[in-house]
Amino acid sequence: MTKIKKAIVPTLYILFLMLPIYGLVSMSFKTTNEILGGFSFFPSEFTFENYVKIFTDPTWYNGYINSLIYVVINTGISVTVALPAAYAFSRYNFLGDKHLFFWLLTNRMAPPAVFALPFFQLYSAIELFDTHIAVALAHCLFNIPLAVWILEGFMSGVPKELDETAYLDGYSFPKFFLKIFIPTIAAGIGVTAFFCFMYSWVELLLAQTLTSVEAKPIAATMTRTASTSGYELGLLAAAGSLTIVPGAFVIYFVRNYIAKGFALGRV
Amino acid sequence: MAIELKAVTKNVGAEAHIYETSLMLKPGVFNILLGTTLSGKTSLMRLMAGLDKPSTGEVWFDGQNVTKVPVQKRSVAMVYQAFINYPNLTVFDNIASPLKVAGVSESELKDRVHKFADLLKLTPMLNRRPSELSGGQQQRTALARALAKGADLVLLDEPLANLDYKLREELREELPKIFAGTGATVVYATSEPLEALMLGGYTATLSKGSVVQYGETPVIYRNPSTLESAKVFSEPPINIAKVEKQDGFVRLSDSVQWEVSEKLRSLPDGKYTMGVRAFHLLPSGSGVKVLGEIQIAELSGSESIIRMTVEGNQWVSVAHGTHNYAIGTHAEFFFDPNNCYFFDQKGRSITA
Repeated sequence: MTKIKKAIVPTLYILFLMLPIYGLVSMSFKTTNEILGGFSFFPSEFTFENYVKIFTDPTWYNGYINSLIYVVINTGISVTVALPAAYAFSRYNFLGDKHLFFWLLTNRMAPPAVFALPFFQLYSAIELFDTHIAVALAHCLFNIPLAVWILEGFMSGVPKELDETAYLDGYSFPKFFLKIFIPTIAAGIGVTAFFCFMYSWVELLLAQTLTSVEAKPIAATMTRTASTSGYELGLLAAAGSLTIVPGAFVIYFVRNYIAKGFALGRV
Repeated sequence: MAIELKAVTKNVGAEAHIYETSLMLKPGVFNILLGTTLSGKTSLMRLMAGLDKPSTGEVWFDGQNVTKVPVQKRSVAMVYQAFINYPNLTVFDNIASPLKVAGVSESELKDRVHKFADLLKLTPMLNRRPSELSGGQQQRTALARALAKGADLVLLDEPLANLDYKLREELREELPKIFAGTGATVVYATSEPLEALMLGGYTATLSKGSVVQYGETPVIYRNPSTLESAKVFSEPPINIAKVEKQDGFVRLSDSVQWEVSEKLRSLPDGKYTMGVRAFHLLPSGSGVKVLGEIQIAELSGSESIIRMTVEGNQWVSVAHGTHNYAIGTHAEFFFDPNNCYFFDQKGRSITA
C-alpha cells in the first residue's frame, strides 16, 4: 500500500511532464485533416507519411543537416577556446580576474535579439552571411562564457598539486594539459559540450537572421512552413519530434556527469 | 646529491614567506624540516623542487647553479600531504608515469614498476584506480612514483599527516628503510618533533620563514642553539621562564632560587631565559622545587600531562603513571637544573 502511495506523486509528475511531448508525437502520426478535425488521444489513421516527407524532401532534411553542422562546429569552437581560458581562471591570479570572470556571465544577460542586427551587417560585410560558420561563431557569444564557467568549476576541483606532480614527472605544460589534465576533467568537458550543443540547437533568432537558404536551420524551416504552405500540422509535429532526438541522444552520454555539474553550481 | 640554498628569500606579494636562508643539506640521507604550520617548510621545498623561483638567492645542486633550471629538468620527486595521483590512470600507470616521460624501455619500465610496487605492497592493486584505494595505499602509490623516478632529490611534504595513526606509524617505520638503498637525498617536512626523532637523520628546525638550526637530529634535540629551536623541537612545548643570575645563584622568583651549576659559573650576572622540557619537570624527585597551580591534568595512556602555572609562566609536566590533581590546587614539582637550557637575552643558547 505504501509503495503505491509513494508512486502516485512521481507517476503524476512524469505523466504531466510527458503529456505535451506525447501530444506532439501522436500528432506526428496523424494526417493534417485529423488534427484540424478535433482533439483525439490516439491517431485514428496511423500514418508515417509525415516522416517520409521529411526524410525525402531536401528542404526538410537539409534543415537538420545544417543545424547539426553549425551546432557541432560551435560546440567544437566553444570547448576548444574555453579550455585554456577556464584553466587560466582556475589556476592563475591576475589583475581583475574576478571581474573578468563575472563579465563573462554578463554576456548571457543580453537577449540575442540585441546582437541580431549588428551581426547581420557584420557577416554580410565579410561575406559570411548564410554560412554554417557564421551561425557557429554567433552562438559562441553565449556558449563560450557558459563553457568557461562550467569548465572552471570542474578544473578548480582538480588540485593544483596534480599539475605540479606532472611537471615533477617531467611533463611539459602542453603535454601535461593534453595527456593528463584533459582526461582528468573529461566528465566536465562532456557536460560542457552537452550544454553548448543544447543552447546552440535551440537558438532560433540568430540562426534565422544569419541564414537564408544554404545554412537554413531546421527551426527556421519549421516556422516558415507554418506561414507559407498553409497548415501542415502533421508535418510540423513530425519535424518537432525529430528535433528532440539529438538532445535526448547527447544527454544519454553525459547523464552520469550532469548531476556533478549541477552540484558545482555552474550549470 | 648535495643541495645548497644560498641566501634564498621568497616573497609572495608583500608577504615574506622565506626570510634570507642558507642551508646545505647532507647528501644521501634523511633530512628533516621541522617547524610549525606557516614556518616555511613547504615554501622551502618548493624552492628546492623548482616549483617556485626564489625572489633572491640561488639554489645549487652538486655544485651547479640550478636556480633557473625548470622543474622538469631537475632530478626531483615530490610527495604531497594530500594524496596526489592521476585519477584516471591505474596504479601501474601512475607509478610508470615519470618513466614513460623519460622514455624508459618497455621491459625496464615494467621491471621498475613491479619492483617498487612490491616494495610498497601495491602489487595486488596495480590495475586499480587511485579512487579505489585506501588513503594509505594512495600515498604509497605516490611514494612509489617518486621512487620509480629514481630522482636524486626526494621531497616529502608531511606525507603521513593525512593518514590515520596506525598507518602513519607503519609507514614512518618503513620510509627510512625504503629510501636507504636509493642513495637519494630525502627531505622530509613535518610539524611533529617526535616524528623527527623517530626518523633520525639530520634535522633543520624552521621558525617564521627561516632555518634556525641544522645538524644531526639527536644533537639538535639535545643541544638547541637558540630558544626558537628548542621551542620548535619540543613536544609538549618546552617550559620557559625568565631567570636572573646573581651572586652565584639563579633566581626564578623570590621563593625559587638555586645555586649556579658548574656550566653556568663563568657567565656574567644578568637576565637569562631558562627552558625545561616537560618530562624533566616531575611531580616527585630532587632538584629545584617549584609550586604549580594546576590548570588541568590529562591522562594519555601511561602518562599524565599536567598543565600548570608556575610563577606566572604556563608550564607543563609529563609524568609516568596516573597523577590526579584537582584543578586550582597547588602541587610541588621538581626539576634538575642540569637538565635545563639557558638562553641569553637574544635567545642564543649558552649551554650548547
